[in-house]
Amino acid sequence: MTARDKILAAVKNSQPSLQALPAMENFAPIQYADVVEQFKNVLEAIGGKVVMINSLNDINDFIVQHFDTDKIIITTIEDLPVIKKLDASVDAHLLANIELAILPSLFAVAENGAVWLTEKEMKIRALPFICQQLAVVVNKKDIINNMQDAYDIISQNEYAFADFIAGPSKTADIEQSLVLGAHGPGNMIVFIME
Amino acid sequence: MSSANLTHPQLAERFNKDEARVDWHDETLWWVRRKRDKAAWLLPEWEQLRETASQIKNNVLSNLHDYLLQFEKAATENGITVHWAADADEHNEIVHSLLLQHKIDKIVKSKSMLTEECGLNDFLATKNIDVIDTDLGERIVQLAGEHPSHIVLPCIHWKKEEIGELFHEHLGTPKGNADPVFLTQAARIHLREKFLTRKAAITGVNFAIAETGEFVVCTNEGNADMGTHLADVHIACMGIEKIIPQRKHLSIFLRLLARSATGQPITTYSSHFVKPQPGQELHIILVDNGRSKQLGREDFRNSLKCIRCGACMNTCPVYRRSGGHSYHAAIAGPIGAILAPNLDMKQYADLPFASTLCGSCSNVCPVKINIHEQLYQWRQVIVKEGYSPKTKTAAMKSMATILSKPALFSFAGKAGRWVIKNIPFLVNNKLNPWYKQRELPAPPRQSFTEWYKKNRHDSKR
Repeated sequence: MTARDKILAAVKNSQPSLQALPAMENFAPIQYADVVEQFKNVLEAIGGKVVMINSLNDINDFIVQHFDTDKIIITTIEDLPVIKKLDASVDAHLLANIELAILPSLFAVAENGAVWLTEKEMKIRALPFICQQLAVVVNKKDIINNMQDAYDIISQNEYAFADFIAGPSKTADIEQSLVLGAHGPGNMIVFIME
Repeated sequence: MSSANLTHPQLAERFNKDEARVDWHDETLWWVRRKRDKAAWLLPEWEQLRETASQIKNNVLSNLHDYLLQFEKAATENGITVHWAADADEHNEIVHSLLLQHKIDKIVKSKSMLTEECGLNDFLATKNIDVIDTDLGERIVQLAGEHPSHIVLPCIHWKKEEIGELFHEHLGTPKGNADPVFLTQAARIHLREKFLTRKAAITGVNFAIAETGEFVVCTNEGNADMGTHLADVHIACMGIEKIIPQRKHLSIFLRLLARSATGQPITTYSSHFVKPQPGQELHIILVDNGRSKQLGREDFRNSLKCIRCGACMNTCPVYRRSGGHSYHAAIAGPIGAILAPNLDMKQYADLPFASTLCGSCSNVCPVKINIHEQLYQWRQVIVKEGYSPKTKTAAMKSMATILSKPALFSFAGKAGRWVIKNIPFLVNNKLNPWYKQRELPAPPRQSFTEWYKKNRHDSKR
């Protein structure tokens, strides 16, 4: 008897009689009067930063003002002017030198400050984790209330890999002192486009 | 470990020798518990979330056989290789054979309590495979030759000065530097080199979706992603109870997990793995290791609903004051004390007694496991099976005799009062475990029965 058959037989023998799944519509999840304000407050509380923009051009202006443009800054957004586009065929290990990566996000969640990115937006899976700083662009109309709304969208989604990212990489393993930039980006900016 | 064969009370006594450290440990965990409360109170639907999560998990346990098959089919279609392991040894052998097959002898691993439960690191060490734990807390305890003392906060028992010393010794940081920002940066540099050079990465699994064959791994540090996306082989290890039915159910569990664990609204990363990335192999090992047995124990099967948030530990007055290592099991605290006896009732017979049964653990549990009731039920099973701690058994037996015989009870009470009054050192001594850290009260002059007889007589007159 294989381990598989053994486990399945034991489980079948042990499991109790069927209990029904609860309806997900049994309660109404939280709604916010102003989802943008809520998203901004939560993201800032977990170490991220929100920047409001009117067009993709504003991103470049912001970067020139706030970043060392001698360092490697790349994007996976084709329409983003000036910024160098990621070569998706490059070996992921070579991305370790990237100072700032700018990626698009399909939507953002007000209740917890998370943005949703699939492999399509990342092009290379390691990108949003290996860069020193991360920026994500999301449309203002794509900020939703809560995770139930999020999975209403995701349930229809096809992806090979995807991630909710909420703020910079962090740890509090040393005496519960919060430190940003554990292994991934030490900063996270979310550009919200009007 | 040097603590082999010691029981929870003995190990807790050792931990309690440093009173200031116990206070610090207690307060730190209580602070995390309060953060959990604040996060929970921000959601009006918190209790409905807990109830829904509990019902989803009940459904999972009642239909686990079919969900496992559904998951296996969907995952295989996604290009994931699914393995099955009946116990810890089989699990460890599968990991080892995959590494041999790829001629890999250096790997990175992100947090997985299952691999702790299976003793994977120690096993791989005997096969000359170098494992680097990449979660900062786990790396700290690994460098110190210890195991995690908490499932979410592995080095919660370590002070920053001690970590500074440890890093000075192993990573060459300047002596005396105990700044958390500096030490974290040092670990980042040390571990980045590992991420960039190691060819295989092991992760745990927080949730696996039967419907889609995908699985979700949650971290704050990003270490699971750094490890897996830069490796040729990703091996994910999961207990069979980690299955949930559908993708949409993640909305419930991801809302509960981090809020319950640390008071964060969500972990920084909730990574959904569906298909291997081009050129990579993705393996998942489904591990039983006693879970199907626990599923058959009606009183204890609910323990399999656990999502490993650690809230029961942070709130537990015994855990906070005795430390995770005093539980001498991979998973400490109240939940560990109901999981461990299933694996080895004799070895872990002491753990269900490491509780005041106050019920705080059950009150904070995001999936509504009746933890304190199960602790009480385990005590009964353990006593019946003859595994109860010896001193406790003797005391309980004489107590049972005395309580069942009224005349003897009355005599014992009189004798006790006389002894406490006239020869107190007979009870106020180190041989009486009850006397430790307690003062005996002044004995009453008479028992309630004596008082009642006298006063009823008086009032009649």
